[in-house]
Amino acid sequence: MTQHPEERRLSGDEVLRVEHMTMRFGGLIAINDLSFSAKRGEITALIGPNGAGKTTVFNCVTGFYKPTMGRILMRRSNGEEFNLERMSDFEINRDAKVSRTFQNIRLFTGLTVLENLLVAQHNALMKSSGFTVLGLLGWRPYKDAAKEAIEKARYWLEMINLVHRADDPAGDLPYGEQRRLEIARAMCTGPEFLCLDEPAAGLNPRESLELNTLLRSIREKHDVSLLLIEHDMSVVMQISDHVVVLEYGAKISDGTPKHVQNDPRVIAAYLGVEDDEVDEVLEEIEEVAEEVSHEHEAGQPTGDAR
Amino acid sequence: MTAAAQPPRIPSDDRLKWALREALFAGLISFGMFVLYVGLETTQNIRNQLVLNQRWGLLAILVAIAVVGRFLIVYFIGPWFAARKAAKAAKTEVPTQSLLRRNIGWIALLALLVFPMAMVWLVGPQKSLKWVDNYGVQILIYVMLAWGLNIVVGLAGLLDLGYVAFYAVGAYSYALLSLYFGLSFWTLLPLAGILAAFWGIILGFPVLRLRGDYLAVVTLAFGEIIRLVLINWTDVTQGTFGVSGVPKASIFGIWSFEVGADNNFAKAFGLRQSSAYYKIFLFYVILAMCAVTAVVTIRLRNMPIGRAWEALREDEIACRSLGINTVTTKLTAFSIGAMFGGFAGAFFAARQGFISPESFTFHESAIILAVVVLGGMGSLFGIAVAAIVMIGGTELLREMHFLKTIFGPDFTPELYRMLIFGLAMVIVMVLKPRGLVSVRNPTAFLHERKAVSSAFTKEGHG
Repeated sequence: MTQHPEERRLSGDEVLRVEHMTMRFGGLIAINDLSFSAKRGEITALIGPNGAGKTTVFNCVTGFYKPTMGRILMRRSNGEEFNLERMSDFEINRDAKVSRTFQNIRLFTGLTVLENLLVAQHNALMKSSGFTVLGLLGWRPYKDAAKEAIEKARYWLEMINLVHRADDPAGDLPYGEQRRLEIARAMCTGPEFLCLDEPAAGLNPRESLELNTLLRSIREKHDVSLLLIEHDMSVVMQISDHVVVLEYGAKISDGTPKHVQNDPRVIAAYLGVEDDEVDEVLEEIEEVAEEVSHEHEAGQPTGDAR
Repeated sequence: MTAAAQPPRIPSDDRLKWALREALFAGLISFGMFVLYVGLETTQNIRNQLVLNQRWGLLAILVAIAVVGRFLIVYFIGPWFAARKAAKAAKTEVPTQSLLRRNIGWIALLALLVFPMAMVWLVGPQKSLKWVDNYGVQILIYVMLAWGLNIVVGLAGLLDLGYVAFYAVGAYSYALLSLYFGLSFWTLLPLAGILAAFWGIILGFPVLRLRGDYLAVVTLAFGEIIRLVLINWTDVTQGTFGVSGVPKASIFGIWSFEVGADNNFAKAFGLRQSSAYYKIFLFYVILAMCAVTAVVTIRLRNMPIGRAWEALREDEIACRSLGINTVTTKLTAFSIGAMFGGFAGAFFAARQGFISPESFTFHESAIILAVVVLGGMGSLFGIAVAAIVMIGGTELLREMHFLKTIFGPDFTPELYRMLIFGLAMVIVMVLKPRGLVSVRNPTAFLHERKAVSSAFTKEGHG
């Protein structure tokens, strides 16, 4: 499908657009022709049953996988646009300002909490240290920049209530605090688009409530758009503005939390149905889907997913 | 195994019984294993007939060693280890360091500064040669090499088994460029470092996409390639004959140490001719080079690049997710480590006056790596101590003449150097698996600097 160059540009309120993305691992199609977009300043949630391909989407967006087909466009607040599928993972963070966390926490366990946040400011500090050469000679502006970096780290430690643990090794923190630290570390790179892979996994209800507040304040105070994978529906429904539901690598629903919550295809995907009931359910779904598609122009013709 | 599994507090009666039983088993097993191999020996006599010799005495000695050894391990050493472990588990926090320990670096530097003078004063210029050169300079060369390798292995977590290649590049750079072009030591010292760093980058580009064991194997091969090139490129390097008559270093061109020169150091000061002055001079040169290495390493650790190295050792994928270009980060670690190897190589050539590929075998790489690992990866102080113990210790064996009175006049302690080297390594690895200094000193702090226990740090995966 060829597109006019004009069409390539994202509209003003879009921050990320995934177009016809397909990811194959050998014979396995992990993602099949997926298209969705995320709006600036919104929290977009990516949900779906286990094995639906959510993390694969994440890895494609953040450059850890190269999609087999399709296009991923990212627009920064200064109007610059990036084709993420053509960039390598560290460039996506450095230039396109997309930051991410991992499903299985990946902190630098042997470095202290503070050092973790300083590593995240690597590129900024490299520049101010004259790519190490000037800093090695004790250049004044680098010393100021290093102090500023520590202040920035302190700010984020205050945001996640970890100032008192700043000098402890990151591996020594309890699970919930490690999750928060990973978010803070991602924020220290100064992102405009933050991808969180299951930030609430393993958190107790109080902690996931705190997480909600943290994510909201990140969005509001720091002008960051979020994309999150989440299984915890209390988090998804409370904080997200827009939900995309995946099943077997394809999008089955896309809309506001309320719309998605009542979408029979989503309910079927989550609760599952018996084999002999499939036809029955499909019919039901089609009926409801038609109703829904009248309400939302986003509604697609249904029944082709199964 | 069984010793560790046994709880430490059992009545000593039971323990004695248990130890005796273990010893009996060990004796039976060793008897069964050795009876056919050691107890019976088959040889041919002059008529090509098979003759069976019986060596019950030897067998008895071996079995006795096994029995006594097992008894000692179970009865004494095992409980001692268990008690140690329990005591260690009981005290979790890292002890605060005393004034002496905090300033140990400065004290050591001061001691090193007065060391050659003290030796000359104590044993006279001629006898001081051995102490200043064989001990002082030799150990400091290894300290510098190990500190250079520490950047690659200890900080960035890249296992490099071919580090000696860069040492060779530095040594041959100095030897050949000074012989063919007559350049002086002080111009060639930085050049040798730059050339070695350059080779580090050349090696790094294709290799750094490999990780862990694969990286180790390729760097090992690179080390061998450099050595084989030096052997076979006879037009330039004179192959296995080596390069001899490498010019000595001078004191910044003002005074020379060449015997015939007009500005000879001894002549200029009206001293008796002795090679001791040159060795003392070399001692201060390598000391200064070590100091530079230490300062640069400490500074780099506090810079973004140093933190990126350590982060790389901890988790490469997380590094990439934070926008760190891991390829250039690895390359800088490789080339800076190689640069220090090159400096040390140039110094080595100037000190020896003769270099050949023999000096740059895999054995050298292994020793340097052993020093880094024994010292504790990343710790400059631990590595320096390990170098003193390992290199100085093996040199010290040459001095153990009194051993001849015990083991007879044929006993040459030098021949047992490697045995003792290995034994020392096993002991250190059993007692301190993460090296002599296993705690990590954080590069920045908000409230107070707390050492990071080795339980949290990772060794890196390549």
